[in-house]
Amino acid sequence: MDKAEGQQHPLAIYLWIWVTLFVLSAFSYMVDYFHVQGYLRWTLIIIFMLLKAGLIVAVFMHMAWERLALKFAILVPPLCLLVLIGLMAVEGDYTFFTRLSEFVR
Amino acid sequence: MTSTAPAAVAPDGLSGVTADWSADKQAFPVPWGKAMMWIFLLSDTFIFTCFLTSYMNVRMSTTEVWPNASQVFALHIGGADVPMVLIAIMTFILITSSGTMALAVNYGYRRDRARTTSLMLITAAFGAVFVGMQAFEWTKLIVDEGIRPWGNPLGAAQFGSSFFMITGFHGLHVSAGVIYLVVVAMRVWNGFYDRKGTYETVEITGLYWHFVDLVWVFIFAFFYLW
Repeated sequence: MDKAEGQQHPLAIYLWIWVTLFVLSAFSYMVDYFHVQGYLRWTLIIIFMLLKAGLIVAVFMHMAWERLALKFAILVPPLCLLVLIGLMAVEGDYTFFTRLSEFVR
Repeated sequence: MTSTAPAAVAPDGLSGVTADWSADKQAFPVPWGKAMMWIFLLSDTFIFTCFLTSYMNVRMSTTEVWPNASQVFALHIGGADVPMVLIAIMTFILITSSGTMALAVNYGYRRDRARTTSLMLITAAFGAVFVGMQAFEWTKLIVDEGIRPWGNPLGAAQFGSSFFMITGFHGLHVSAGVIYLVVVAMRVWNGFYDRKGTYETVEITGLYWHFVDLVWVFIFAFFYLW
């Protein structure tokens, strides 16, 4: 890559990602429109969400073409958040059951 | 600087801190502004994840029914309620603006000032439309549906506080991004980056804008669709 001129890639890549993001958004909207419920709904929502997020970060934000050191520095720390999410899910369940047993007749 | 010669006199105080931290070693071979923007976005990721996690926590722990977002955000069009249509349009607008921003970055590196400026202004215009639609949505929820941060007639009180907190914070990011885009677009237009010799600022602005779109992807999934 020409370092002096930064990130330069063919326009076609951006246009394809753009179209793909549109299609994926339409898919996630369809999940709601056709009232898909339960685990299938949550699975589909998360799959489409992760695909969209990955394409935005990798191509639009050029992370795919950065060096590994920068990728690690930016993409690894958010993994800590999985711990927070896990803890808060356990906490939420606990609060819910406490409320059910103590406050709701 | 030559790396072999020992530092003769290391400065003290604040300039010493600067000298030490910048001592002949660069970890990331990118412009410093880009590295700093990434680190800022990393911290913003933590903030938004805290919001979304606390929203999920209160949603899991409430014993009252959670309002059905699909119905709350429906619009009455042509005699029928179309679920979530405003949010869908807002999503497509933000993705479109991300696309025009990506093109602006590309044309910036080709030194095409006219195209870069106009694409950035188009991006900013899409952002402004997004904020306008959000203002419309807030007005509808507050005035017509009586949703408040402390309670609402549809169910769990936490719905309002989560909604206003998360979308409000995201809307602030979009608004700040619109201003940021216009400022940088003006500088592109008057040749500031030609004189500076690099268009990397356009890419850095793009990083911020794509991040705003990225956050919306998660809000759309977890708040509106869940």
